[in-house]
Amino acid sequence: MSQDRLTVPRRRLLAGSALASASLVLPGALRSALAQTPVTMGVIYVGPRSDFGYNQAQAQAAAAMKRLPGVKVIEEENVPETAAVQKTMEAMINQDKAGLIFATSFGYFDPHMLKMAEKYPKVRFAHCGGMWTEGKHPKNASSYFGYIDECQYLAGIVAGYTSKTKKLGFIAAKPIPQVLRNINAFTMGAKSVDPSITTRVIFTGEWSMPVKEAEAANSLIDQGVDVLTCHVDSPKVVVETAEKRGIYSSGYHASQAALAPKGYLTGAEWDWSTPYAAQIKALQGGAPQPNLLRGGLKEGYVKMSAYGPAVGDAAKKKADEVKAAMLKGGFVIFKGALKDNKGNVVIAAGTSLDQFNPELEKMNYLVEGVLGSIPG
Amino acid sequence: MNTLAAPAVNVAPPLGERLAALFDNLVPALAALVLTVLLFSVAVALAGFDPLEVWGLILMGGFGDAFAWQNTLQRAAPLILTGLAVALPAQAGRVIIGAEGALVLGGLAAAALGNLLSAQAQAPPLLLWPLMALAGMLMGGFWIGIVGWLREKREVNETIASLLMSFIAIALFNQMVETVLRDPASLNKPSTRPLADNYLLPAMPGLDVHWGLGVGIVVAIVAWAVVKLTPLGLSLRVAGGNPRTALGVGLPVSWLTIGACAAGGACAGLAGAVEVAAVHGAANASLIAGYGYSGILIAFAARFSPAGVVPVAVLVGGIAASGSLLQRRLGLPDASVTVLLGFAFVALIGCETLRGRSFWRKG
Repeated sequence: MSQDRLTVPRRRLLAGSALASASLVLPGALRSALAQTPVTMGVIYVGPRSDFGYNQAQAQAAAAMKRLPGVKVIEEENVPETAAVQKTMEAMINQDKAGLIFATSFGYFDPHMLKMAEKYPKVRFAHCGGMWTEGKHPKNASSYFGYIDECQYLAGIVAGYTSKTKKLGFIAAKPIPQVLRNINAFTMGAKSVDPSITTRVIFTGEWSMPVKEAEAANSLIDQGVDVLTCHVDSPKVVVETAEKRGIYSSGYHASQAALAPKGYLTGAEWDWSTPYAAQIKALQGGAPQPNLLRGGLKEGYVKMSAYGPAVGDAAKKKADEVKAAMLKGGFVIFKGALKDNKGNVVIAAGTSLDQFNPELEKMNYLVEGVLGSIPG
Repeated sequence: MNTLAAPAVNVAPPLGERLAALFDNLVPALAALVLTVLLFSVAVALAGFDPLEVWGLILMGGFGDAFAWQNTLQRAAPLILTGLAVALPAQAGRVIIGAEGALVLGGLAAAALGNLLSAQAQAPPLLLWPLMALAGMLMGGFWIGIVGWLREKREVNETIASLLMSFIAIALFNQMVETVLRDPASLNKPSTRPLADNYLLPAMPGLDVHWGLGVGIVVAIVAWAVVKLTPLGLSLRVAGGNPRTALGVGLPVSWLTIGACAAGGACAGLAGAVEVAAVHGAANASLIAGYGYSGILIAFAARFSPAGVVPVAVLVGGIAASGSLLQRRLGLPDASVTVLLGFAFVALIGCETLRGRSFWRKG
């Protein structure tokens, strides 16, 4: 599916390129071809656009789309996952004539976006999260999502080389499959450098709970953790706390390099301009809506933050090597024999689960090397 | 009780006095309106936008056409009930700010019962909906009833207690949704099992607004009638206005207070049940949307009048709807309508001091 996307340069990893995602470069011929049909696209965020995290990653892609010819972008932030988001979608359609709507929060899908997709069959809807199912959901609805665990694996390699205490920390929101997959990939990346490395994990229970995130960060640092990363909506507090306490941090969602000029190592970032541009291209070209857009580093759905000053040459070399293998295709993160942290074999020897394997979306374990347990 | 009802029946005052009373009510509201318009216009101008254009968009987005009205009413629907959740305990002089907790637990109870009866007993929707509403009301009423009981029997401050109880309620809600009541299919967003489509409460006839609006208005009218027209309402107001006098004439002040708190909690729980039955179809973290906290502002702005809650909720819904348009047309931040609401509430409460000091009154 992902080959549908525009020829967005696959890797925009120029040093210090926090704004790189805004500079979408398109060949001239494609530009003029796209200019044919004017499109109004609406983007809806669950939090503030400038949260240094989940919403900012989406907003960066929306900003990049504003540069495409014939594309008008309208946005609304802080829209709760209630009937309010249904009315916001309808308002975008009725008041602004939007033809394409990006519902960027997971909770917008069912029932809100599905209901609106049925009510407005001529409008196209795209949801971030990967829930669209053939035969079950309307044809004018779609999902896009990225395999960001690839970036977490690479960030784990960098963390593994950088850590002196061999103790990494991970602050996680909820023990859902997507989050567990990131914790596991990060830990496995680090363990590929040194098998004695452990990751301590704390679940805060909420997507956005800055006070608890700061408490968790301080508690982990007190336990000797010297590289912190997280999966919460905004990594701002975690990265800032790490910097203040003089340890290293690895980012998530968008780049938080500006918040930690000394200790920011790298980070796992989304590159939503790829699926956004693919949807716009299909709409302007009159092609059917792509219903399921997914990809990893290779397809340009995720990217790494530029290395920070604290990252050594050995770390860069190893991470770049693995990244090259991922970009070539064929690098598998989750393969057997893999044990969880209770000693059970979760992936049998000889089995290898590639990124598209639906088995990975049901992940309910923490791998060996993760200290912590899944609550509930 | 009959003797107590007597003061409520009064002889109609002369026309002049009635007009003066009307003015007394109108002047603070008008002054607040003018003050709000001035303050917000200045803020908008300072931010580099044209106040006329912004006000035009606010009127259009909230009340400009049929779609805008439905948008407004839909956003107002849950707020009527959460406004009542604060306004009813206030009749007994109690300030409850934890309706959010009663709302989510009410929604959870409704979702759990709804699942049980629809999936296992195949109960018809027309029987299921009232039962879900009842479950939500009982749960919410129980939760805030505890706060009232703590206040009356253990002298625990009800404002603080209700807020803390709200945090406990949300933690309990999350725990239940993520463990015992979790639908195993809800992988990345823990939810209870969804209601089948035919059990979802449809929109109100002829309107694209769910039944929360109708239910809210009916409950508000009933609450107003009980508070203003019945002996029970009078006893409640006496207990709230002057507990000593109330005790002196033998009113059960404690139980009136606990009852008012429970009634408020029941409204919040009902709001949660309606959200589940009409919007979400299941209980999950989306239910924790802050409606309970918005209800505090609404009740204060309505001066705790159960009927006044309705227009204030519609106003707040309209401002939310127009905030949506302001973001899309002018790129104004989401916070701009929060600023407007802030100005409006400060002005409303501030202008209350004008009441009874009207210049046309002598002495």
